[in-house]
Amino acid sequence: MRICIVGCGAIGSLFAAHLAKLKDLEVWAYDLDGRHVDAINASGLQLSGESNVLSYPRASSNPGDIPPCEFGIVATKSMHTRSAIESSAEIFKEGAVCTVQNGVGNEEIIAEYVPRVIRGTTFPAGHMVEPGHVEQDTGGKTWVGPFEPKPASWAEIETLASLMTESGMETLAMADARGAQWTKLIFNAATNPIGALTGLPHGVACDQPMLRKAISSLVAEGVAVAAALGITLDSDPDELVDHACEVAYLHKASMLQDALAKRATEVAALNGGIVKFGQEQGVPTPLNEVIWALIKGLEHSWTRDDE
Amino acid sequence: MNPIRSVCVVGAGAIGGLFAAHIGSLVDTRVLVRRQEHADRLNREGLKISGKSELQTTVLASIEPAELDDVDLLIIATKATAIEPVAKNIAGHFSRATVMTVQNGLGCEDVVAQFGDWPMISSITFMSGIRHSDVHIEYELDTETWLGPWNQRGASMAYAEAVAELIRKSGLRAKAFEDVRPAQWSKLLFNSVLNSIGAVTRLPHVKDFADREKITDLGNLVVNMMNEGKAVARAQGIELYEDPWQMNLNAVNRGKTGEDDYAHIFSMLDDVRAKRPTEVDWLTGAIVSEANKLGIAAPIHDLMYGLVKGIEQAWEQDYQKRDERRGEGSAE
Repeated sequence: MRICIVGCGAIGSLFAAHLAKLKDLEVWAYDLDGRHVDAINASGLQLSGESNVLSYPRASSNPGDIPPCEFGIVATKSMHTRSAIESSAEIFKEGAVCTVQNGVGNEEIIAEYVPRVIRGTTFPAGHMVEPGHVEQDTGGKTWVGPFEPKPASWAEIETLASLMTESGMETLAMADARGAQWTKLIFNAATNPIGALTGLPHGVACDQPMLRKAISSLVAEGVAVAAALGITLDSDPDELVDHACEVAYLHKASMLQDALAKRATEVAALNGGIVKFGQEQGVPTPLNEVIWALIKGLEHSWTRDDE
Repeated sequence: MNPIRSVCVVGAGAIGGLFAAHIGSLVDTRVLVRRQEHADRLNREGLKISGKSELQTTVLASIEPAELDDVDLLIIATKATAIEPVAKNIAGHFSRATVMTVQNGLGCEDVVAQFGDWPMISSITFMSGIRHSDVHIEYELDTETWLGPWNQRGASMAYAEAVAELIRKSGLRAKAFEDVRPAQWSKLLFNSVLNSIGAVTRLPHVKDFADREKITDLGNLVVNMMNEGKAVARAQGIELYEDPWQMNLNAVNRGKTGEDDYAHIFSMLDDVRAKRPTEVDWLTGAIVSEANKLGIAAPIHDLMYGLVKGIEQAWEQDYQKRDERRGEGSAE
């Protein structure tokens, strides 16, 4: 059996390295970063931190090099979903493709290019240390389930989940994986941009009553959209916010890290996703609109050099 | 009513310097500043104005109110962020004076009034200057200062007229109003909305602020936030003198302001870049507190106020120490 990781950055590398340990599974990594690809092919893919793995997936920046695969796992940043799946769709002509990306809207894009799609949400996080080497910062589960309009078969979903679990990435197959996805979406959309716009780590922002109230207001808008979609959330995102203060007080959200590096953010798949689904459902999301506009404005400021 | 024969200007930044130098060419004018070396240089070299006026005026400067004797008119021209220490410093002095505040935003009059029973004049100024040194200000925009009796413990309208007349005679532009709040609130809404959005996005006054095509265009946020502020003004019975949205369009379309390379840098953005405390408490925060008093929802103001306060807080690195017992793990 063959599987291809599409976008082998920090998250993609966690899956690629773990899965490549399995016998009878051929793992490919498709990534545009030539230095990372070369390092993987030369000396393997190394994980440190929460995991200690050295394994040998095959890597390429050219989709034409990669043979047809039964499974795909898309792990690019959400703004690159379309270009990544468009260029690699041929690999998955007969396959099922799962997303483990942030936000919502990725499944819809992937479904335009491949026959069967798996909805996925993952909690582990990591960062690139150097080409061929990723540090895993946190563990956590992954949830997979059918993308309802163009679903993979239940057998495929279970196969993928057991492969991932067997490799060391605990994964649950769910008949409805939307609850996990929206719980994470609502949490991230309410907390990430607050960090990016202020520069404050998660817990410090939550200690400021006005910001904590803003986070709750953003959460409430997301919860209303999820309810209109008929989604049962896994847990109360507002309680996750408080829990994160306890366990990750000084954590700098990924969007804050993007802001510090002046990199494009995933706001369109987070707050933008809540706004778009809200519009479809007729649920107003005024504060998520404000946040979306503010982050777009902040991104624009990085293209100027008048400071 | 006695003529205004002596004036003290508190704060000799761009606005204070413009008032002191111009009025100082007509009547006895003193300057109360914060730094001794600033006072020393002013006493030695006087104040020079270039640009829209060319002036060289002698002023008496000090950091001690007691050294400046009583005056007829005291103009407080510091930033809003300095208003409380300034008011404490002048408490018990200038017993004869009428006090005029020139700060951005709302609420400075209330702070000053706690420290003395001076009759008061509210004002807002649209003029601008560039401070080249402690003793040299460039007069940049020669727009008006609007003033009128403070609605709670105001000087007489006749006195406000006399102050406006003095300012005009000195070469600056001024206009007196019976009720200055409609003008004050127009500028307040303009400033609280645009300054806070500029501070949070780190964008100067570029054309983005007038765009309303896409849902993420900043013009939509400007309109929605201004509508919140307008509802607060309306609930107080204040009819805006000018529509702040129109003021925004005018500013973006006027001359080179909206052009990317020449966009005006909002004062709050300038503060954020320099990591100085901003005037957000007096602008966005003032609207939040008025809305709370009136029981009006202003969720965008709440959010923007919280974000700017958060930006200020992020400059203090001591939060790292404040809570070392908690972990540094990941929340995602």
